[in-house]
Amino acid sequence: MNIRDLWAESLAGMLARPVRSALTTLGTVLGITTLVVTMGIAATAGNQIVGRFDELLATSVTVEVPQNSRQALVSWEAAAELRRLRGVVSATALAQSDKSSNLVVTANNLLDPTQVAGQTLAVVAATPDLPATTRGRLLTGRFYDAGHLTRGDRVVVLGEQAAAMLGITRLDHAPAVFINDRAYTVIGIIGGLQREQILASAVLVPPTLGPDFGLKNVTRVLVGTQLGAAELIARQAPLALSPNHTGELQVIAPPSPKRARDGAQDDVNGLFLILGLVSLIVGAVGIANVTLVTIMERVAEIGLRRALGAARRHIAAQFLLESSLIGLTGGVIGASLGTVAVVVVAAVRQWTPVLDIRLALAAPAVGALVGLLAGLYPALRAARMEPVDALR
Amino acid sequence: MPEPVIELTGVCREFPADPPVRALDDVTLRVDHGDYVAIIGPSGSGKSTLLNILGLLDRPSSGSYRLDGIETTALRDGARTRLRGARIGFVFQSFHLLPHRTVAENVMLAEVYGQHPRRGRLARAEQALEQVGMGHRIGFRPDRLSGGERQRVAIARALMARPSLLLCDEPTGNLDSRNTEAVLDLFDGLRSQGLTILVITHEDEVSAHAKRRVRIGDGILTEQG
Repeated sequence: MNIRDLWAESLAGMLARPVRSALTTLGTVLGITTLVVTMGIAATAGNQIVGRFDELLATSVTVEVPQNSRQALVSWEAAAELRRLRGVVSATALAQSDKSSNLVVTANNLLDPTQVAGQTLAVVAATPDLPATTRGRLLTGRFYDAGHLTRGDRVVVLGEQAAAMLGITRLDHAPAVFINDRAYTVIGIIGGLQREQILASAVLVPPTLGPDFGLKNVTRVLVGTQLGAAELIARQAPLALSPNHTGELQVIAPPSPKRARDGAQDDVNGLFLILGLVSLIVGAVGIANVTLVTIMERVAEIGLRRALGAARRHIAAQFLLESSLIGLTGGVIGASLGTVAVVVVAAVRQWTPVLDIRLALAAPAVGALVGLLAGLYPALRAARMEPVDALR
Repeated sequence: MPEPVIELTGVCREFPADPPVRALDDVTLRVDHGDYVAIIGPSGSGKSTLLNILGLLDRPSSGSYRLDGIETTALRDGARTRLRGARIGFVFQSFHLLPHRTVAENVMLAEVYGQHPRRGRLARAEQALEQVGMGHRIGFRPDRLSGGERQRVAIARALMARPSLLLCDEPTGNLDSRNTEAVLDLFDGLRSQGLTILVITHEDEVSAHAKRRVRIGDGILTEQG
């Protein structure tokens, strides 16, 4: 039997009852659509989440330095040393305590009983490379540098919000802020922080002034790394910062991008995957049922074909191909509907639709496989039929 | 002397029951090339069993059946199927046309199984349809044809594979007298072209056309004049 004849006979058999064939494909259509939508949405959503946080989160490493021991675990200079590690873009050592987080800061030292002059702000000691590490931008003025540190200048840089709360907008008259009744010159206002955004409402002071506020020791080191280096730096940083106390330092590293993606998929997938598989099984049972009914209706045709010289395998092949074609049709329709659904959902949410091309191509194949498996038993029944009985 | 088309020797067919039913009892029949034989008998006489054995749809319990000189009782299922497709053309009482396919497609079905080239298949189908006088109905569907036309299409399908034996099972059983006459005339024409025809029937009108008549009763064949 020519393969093209087999194809033509099966196609004709399927198209002989178009409505029945269309209804039979429904189960497969539902199953495949659900699978494609589930996987497509998960992939799309997963990529959105990863895409949004990639740049900052994946390049941020924070080392928390516990304060329970008497000596300083990490020296102020160590942060600068960190830069010698390959992959570190910038590193900043910070010091902040509970006490320093609630200091009253005023823009002048007049006592005006009619209004509340002071603001409760956090004072944070930070090394001069803070703008680079936080990716902040100086709105006006400048940040303190090594010179200020060496001289012990009483200067501060205000976070954007802190400046607004204190009413300081211009620096050309060298305004001062008063903390604990001592004056400090404001030399800059920093804003647009991308890491440690909380510092926008803080008063930043050079480490040399830290002791004024009880901030002697480094409590935290912020590290900005190159893309992909975070994991490595997270392992190396404690050793570089404090070789004798690596175990006591707490490193907060970003989750690896792969894990973030898996996590996002796991959340969405589980239930819907099961739903899709159940639909596929229901679809397969439907195809098996209808094929069985069809075969019972076509007993005379089977007898005729046997009389015309069709071997059992020809009969089996024809019905297998018919059920596979029904499955394939369901798969193609399902994959198309699923793809459209993913694109629509992505469009509504203003996401970029992400769909694995292999998924779109495999879905029809899965449909055909479902049809093939569903057709096995009916095709076997048809092939086993004795021509004498079939023609009766 | 050439090989006979059909040579049955001592063929028996028993169906398992209690006691066993012997549908054919020591049947011996020889049909030569170009014969037109009618097998007549009432229902239950073993006609259908004989037809099934002659058509290689069933195997005899004992005895020998040679078709074109080939001993068929020893053949395996696949070889019997190929032999059936190549040498025997079937004509059924109920036509057995596929309702969703055109006349031409139904006729071409005869060449789907077996080693026939696809090229020229439609032309051969048209030729077979011309032979039965149905050349003008090629694109029709069977449900738009009369009973006689349907049977002629079925005969065209049987002729398509160029069989050495045309095996007809009550070919006029579903036809009125006018259509019966047309089909019988067609058989006469085919017979004169040298085709071997074996008709199983219970109608005298049909058997009257045949050159040879064989009566079957209780599984036993008797030749009639």
